[in-house]
Amino acid sequence: MGILQLNRIKKQFAQTTVLSNIQLDVEEGELITFLGPSGCGKTTMLRIIAGLETPTEGSVILEGNDVTFWEPEKRNLNMIFQNYALFPHMNVFKNIAYGLKIRGIPKKEIARQVAHALEMVRLEGYENRKPSELSGGQKQRVAIARAIVNNPKVLLLDEPLGALDLQLRRQMQEELKRLQKTLKMTFLYITHDQEEALNLSDRIAVMRDGRLEQVGTPDEIYNRPKNRYVARFVGEANIIESQQGWIAVRRENVQVSASPANGAREAIVLEKSFAGGQMNLRMRLSDQTIVTASRYGINAEFEAGQTVFVYWKPEHAVSIEP
Amino acid sequence: MKKSKIPSIYITILLILMYLPMVFIMVYSLNENKLSTSWTGFSLKWYKMLWEDENLLEGLKNSLILGGLSCLGAAVIGTAGALGMQKIQNRSKRVVEYLSTLPIMVPEIILGMVFMTFFSLIGLKLGMLTLVIAHTAFCVPYLFLQVKARLVGMDPSLEEAARDLGAGPFRVFWDITLPLIAPAICSGAILAFAMSLDDVVISIFVTGAVTNTLPMIIYTQMKLGVTPEINALCTVMLGVTLLLVLISNWVGNLSGRDGRRRSQKK
Amino acid sequence: MKRAKRGAFREKRWILALPMYGFTIVFVACPLIYLFVLSFQTRADIWGVIPEATLENYRDILEPVYIKTFVTSIQMALLVTGCVILAGYPFGYFMAKLPPRWKKNVMMLVMIPFWISALIRMYGWIIIFRANGILDRVLMALHLIDKPLKLLYTYPAVVVGMVYVLLPFMIYSVYSSAEKMDWTLVEAARDLGASKVQAFWTVTFRLTLPGLLSGIILTFIPSMGLFFVADILGGNKILLIGNLIQEQLMKSRNWPFAAALSVVLLILTSAFLWLYQTVTRVRDLEGLL
Repeated sequence: MGILQLNRIKKQFAQTTVLSNIQLDVEEGELITFLGPSGCGKTTMLRIIAGLETPTEGSVILEGNDVTFWEPEKRNLNMIFQNYALFPHMNVFKNIAYGLKIRGIPKKEIARQVAHALEMVRLEGYENRKPSELSGGQKQRVAIARAIVNNPKVLLLDEPLGALDLQLRRQMQEELKRLQKTLKMTFLYITHDQEEALNLSDRIAVMRDGRLEQVGTPDEIYNRPKNRYVARFVGEANIIESQQGWIAVRRENVQVSASPANGAREAIVLEKSFAGGQMNLRMRLSDQTIVTASRYGINAEFEAGQTVFVYWKPEHAVSIEP
Repeated sequence: MKKSKIPSIYITILLILMYLPMVFIMVYSLNENKLSTSWTGFSLKWYKMLWEDENLLEGLKNSLILGGLSCLGAAVIGTAGALGMQKIQNRSKRVVEYLSTLPIMVPEIILGMVFMTFFSLIGLKLGMLTLVIAHTAFCVPYLFLQVKARLVGMDPSLEEAARDLGAGPFRVFWDITLPLIAPAICSGAILAFAMSLDDVVISIFVTGAVTNTLPMIIYTQMKLGVTPEINALCTVMLGVTLLLVLISNWVGNLSGRDGRRRSQKK
Repeated sequence: MKRAKRGAFREKRWILALPMYGFTIVFVACPLIYLFVLSFQTRADIWGVIPEATLENYRDILEPVYIKTFVTSIQMALLVTGCVILAGYPFGYFMAKLPPRWKKNVMMLVMIPFWISALIRMYGWIIIFRANGILDRVLMALHLIDKPLKLLYTYPAVVVGMVYVLLPFMIYSVYSSAEKMDWTLVEAARDLGASKVQAFWTVTFRLTLPGLLSGIILTFIPSMGLFFVADILGGNKILLIGNLIQEQLMKSRNWPFAAALSVVLLILTSAFLWLYQTVTRVRDLEGLL
């Protein structure tokens, strides 16, 4: 049994069902990501775990205790809010010390632990700054320090990097990964960015409309998507109907040639575009399915309107639920 | 586009006109001449006379008690009201909010008469108590609206974060909510105090025979004409109000930048 | 059991609103209701009221003497409002275009009179207007007049006093509207070929209309009730609804009639507010607080 279990959780607000039948077992020390578009219920899920909402049905088990109806302050876990939620009237030190102070830890010990936490997030010397005097990235670090200083069993992170620019985001991803490995803390991470999820996670839970579509390692999610939705959402795979039924083929696994090959299907090139250092070739198969192929720096010889032949290795075709 | 000078000139002239009457009051209060039609020399004797006027000192005492009590009452009712209303989501809320702001919407004279007739109906003897009730009624909206605006602008995840970090509900209120709304309470309370200190219309209706406040004394004397004592008294009142407004403004701005909901999410 | 306990604080915080509910109902709603009841009661011969339903009080309002008061009041209110618009609209408009540093200071200067007793501000005008007062002396020194104007206790004095008291409301209302306005819209209008005047009329004026209307309400309604201005600067010569109510209440002791007058004034007030909300579709008065 893992450190945290979600048992058949269901949440309704008035008439709308936000979550239905969420079942998940979180292992101690893993970094698990809830991945899904905005409005899929992932934040609600996190808030239920934190105790800021109660589920309509189901239960939350933390370290073997049913904490479903426990007050948030009683749970041995902490959350990092999307907008950081730093207390504006307290300086960085007081913000980080807040949780420790509440637990009645002696002043000296608080000072030591806060200093340590600041060191962990590389913000030494910022103790006396007010949150309004910090940049977005610094606020983020304070929010992380404020949570990890309490040494929670589970850390909940609600799109923590959502407000940062791309470069800073990449950097923070690495730091979060490093932190998680050093602290050996369980991280529950929310994001809508599939790249971030693939990069960070030990496991990914793909969510849609309040349901878990698939739970697995990044490799499983990426290479063996269970259904059309996961295949599309993670890495924008091609969904093609073949003799074996519906299959998903990654863009980079689609081969294109000018001459017919064995088992290849005829297609017309619709558009050639260049994005992120790779060439994307959009093509239409005879059954009107659109197929995209991506390659680094090749395919220059094909032009829009040209008839081509596409094929893929059998091991790259993953059959999915229709 | 070329910058025209007309707007600044216009604004300046109008502002001068707005403040001129007040400046005259101040200047004349320092005039030695009793008739105050012509300037005969600088003197502080009218201020000294004020200080020796038993009647005025009594009025001052009443005004301060009245202002203090009604501002305190309004602070408690208004602040608690704003905090509680946040958790109420039904029709009654809108009705009560609307009703509670009526005292600053309806003409003062009607408010005065409404209170006077009602107090006589329920048999409350007119005096300090009725003054305090009436003043509290028109002070509540200032507190309520200020605190409410502040609460609306407050990021709800701050309270949640505190709970998440282990604080119980009352601790959260004490550590997070209260410090963040404190500037609003202070600035609202000071304004309410200033309003109570200056009110004359409502007071006239709900006061008894013996309880006179400072503005009421001024009003009665003013109808009799211009005297140097009123000049001095008005100057004092002007100064006090000005000070209160400036303090309120300063307190209100003190941490005005902090704790607002971040609107630019991305 | 645990479920009931959870979120107890969050759900129970509404209790804090109870004092406000209580106070508002007892000391705002009830007195107002009583005002309506009172306006339908009969005046006792000597003192007080008899709980006898009658429409007499409302019928009395229609008597020529009182109708005249209403007409005077409304004329006065129209005149005052007109002056306030002329002086206050450009002020609020210009103010919104000031550089931010100046804006803050001017704002402060406009707000201060809000909090200073109208009575005291009025008093300054007595000094200015009275016979041989500042105004007379200045004008005589400039040889514009040869004998004192004696403006105090005249109609113009009352108008000036009211405009003076109510001007900040208009300025502030117009300013809040103009401040919120997106000035690039004006530039867009100019870009599309509108002249300065056309751009002002089609864009600026339309967008500041809510502020202007709220300023009108905030001046029109009070100018019918500001009895003490007429009292102090008009010297009992000019009788407005406010004065009439006060007189009926304090001197004639005819409470039901005073109540009926108040009800009419209240209905006028609500009608204006309703009209404002329907026209502008704004719930709160622009610039109020």
